[in-house]
Amino acid sequence: MIMKKLEEKIVKALMIFASVTILMVLLYILYIIISKGLPSLTWDMVSKNPSGGFYLGKEGGILNAILGSLMLIAGSVAISMCISLPIVLYINFIRKKDSRFSNVVRFSFDILFGIPSIVYGAFGFMIMIYFGLQASLLGGIIAVSLLIIPIMTRSIDEVAGSVTQDMIEAPKILGATKFETVKVIVRQISPGITTAILLSVGRGIGDAATVLFTAGYTDSIPVSPMQPAATLPLAIFFQLSSPIEEVQNRAYAAALILTIIILLLSFSTRYFGRKMSKSKL
Amino acid sequence: MRALSKDIVMNDTLTPFIDAHKTNKTHLTVENLNVHIYGKHILKKVNLSIPEKQITCIIGPSGCGKTTLLRCFNRLHDDNSEVKVTGNIRIGNEDIYGSHVEVTHIRKKMGLLAQRPTVLPMSIYDNVAYGPRLYGIKRRRKVYEIVKHQLMAVGLWEEVKDRLKSPAVRLSIGQQQRLCLARGLAVEPEMILGDEATSSLDPLASTKVEELFVKMKDTYSIVLVTHTLRQAKRIADYVAFMYLGELVEFGRAEEVFNNPKHKLTQQYLDGSFS
Ligand SMILES: Nc1ncnc2c1ncn2[C@@H]1O[C@H](COP(=O)(O)OP(=O)(O)OP(=O)(O)O)[C@@H](O)[C@H]1O
Ligand SMILES: [Mg+2]
Repeated sequence: MIMKKLEEKIVKALMIFASVTILMVLLYILYIIISKGLPSLTWDMVSKNPSGGFYLGKEGGILNAILGSLMLIAGSVAISMCISLPIVLYINFIRKKDSRFSNVVRFSFDILFGIPSIVYGAFGFMIMIYFGLQASLLGGIIAVSLLIIPIMTRSIDEVAGSVTQDMIEAPKILGATKFETVKVIVRQISPGITTAILLSVGRGIGDAATVLFTAGYTDSIPVSPMQPAATLPLAIFFQLSSPIEEVQNRAYAAALILTIIILLLSFSTRYFGRKMSKSKL
Repeated sequence: MRALSKDIVMNDTLTPFIDAHKTNKTHLTVENLNVHIYGKHILKKVNLSIPEKQITCIIGPSGCGKTTLLRCFNRLHDDNSEVKVTGNIRIGNEDIYGSHVEVTHIRKKMGLLAQRPTVLPMSIYDNVAYGPRLYGIKRRRKVYEIVKHQLMAVGLWEEVKDRLKSPAVRLSIGQQQRLCLARGLAVEPEMILGDEATSSLDPLASTKVEELFVKMKDTYSIVLVTHTLRQAKRIADYVAFMYLGELVEFGRAEEVFNNPKHKLTQQYLDGSFS
């Protein structure tokens, strides 16, 4: 009896310790980014493209990288959704959930999930060479899509698996066709789709390795998908490698901007997701 | 002369069925229905005639195949390749498993109320409106009228009229069951197949729905699976008793209840097993 209580206490203490450690690490990261980045975070940073000597500490900003990253992630999420959602619907509702085929697909995505992003970058680069593409926004979008499709598929698959047979049959009983039934199912799993998008955005927008060879880097804002695009992770990377302290501090400012973008996206998606589910669901 | 001809006519029609003068027109005919699920013989050679505009109750112990039988009536087994259905089921003269028959067309005619009520992931209003919209009713006024009418019919209108736009999942289970009933009725089926349609309702609500069924038999043929013998006694015109996948007895309610032909039926009605 006493042993049991002691055990419970120890486990509880361990859990609290782990949670607090994680929280501390998070706060420390935020502290570093804010303390080093905030002083360098000027209006110019977010409203101007880099000027000639920007990377040596002269005037300018990283508007090109901010917009580049946003375009890149928007394109990648759109493409990945068009691929992931049909796959998930197919392996869960057209095929049987636990058929051999569905499980093979799931297993493949588990493996893809674990592949490091630099490999996707290299693979995307290979595809680009094959098609004679230059480093461009499109190339980056392809590589980032490769990276986030497994993430998206797995996380939508998780919610799709929880849709009951009764839910699948309910529209059918009323005379719905397969397509109409699938529409109801998509509605049912829409909160899961929102989560999947958030995960993918977070993972895709911050990844440097995938865009290193594929998206290139420029000082201007791309006006066509065939032009190279600057991205925030690379902006951080290049500035941080500079020996000049002022430029290094701008890297932290860029990291702060990236963090703020992710937080904003995440809050707004959740907010609108909830609002939509209130009126529609 | 007149008396004579009448005699002949009566003889002709009456010979096959002794109580033909009490038999109603058949709406749904089931012939030699066999169902195998994962190779297991679940329904065994079921023959049954569901009379038109009457209430037929299907009773029998749990697991005897009542749900499986009802699901055959609207081809819900179609999408499961592990379920093999053989035999013949006809609505009037139309073979529902016929090769040219649209499955959605059959399902519209057969309003199945599933054993576990499952609301669609949308508002209360949209749940009821789902069927009508599926069949092309788009005018808002018309849809609203259908929704209101059906929600009133199941006694849910007063409870939900102020929150028609809120998600249906927030309703209590009993309310969800009535919502599913309203949703099924809104499609305007020919036949209503209730799989324990009142199982999650309190006695009062349950009685109300029973009354609704009795009222509805002017328009619909109704088949109800029920575990409550008293409910069957209250509302059934015909009773089918199933046991281990076989249809043991089928007949007019009074006869099955007061004078069952089969020993198993007697035992089940006496409560010797359930
Ligand atoms: N999809 C399925 N897979 C495997 N077995 C099934 C399936 N559907 C039904 N069965 C089996 O068929 C038999 C009849 O089931 P059914 O649901 O028709 O019974 P029931 O009479 O409706 O019972 P209850 O009164 O408990 O609802 C049971 O033995 C059940 O296990
Ligand atoms: Mg059942």
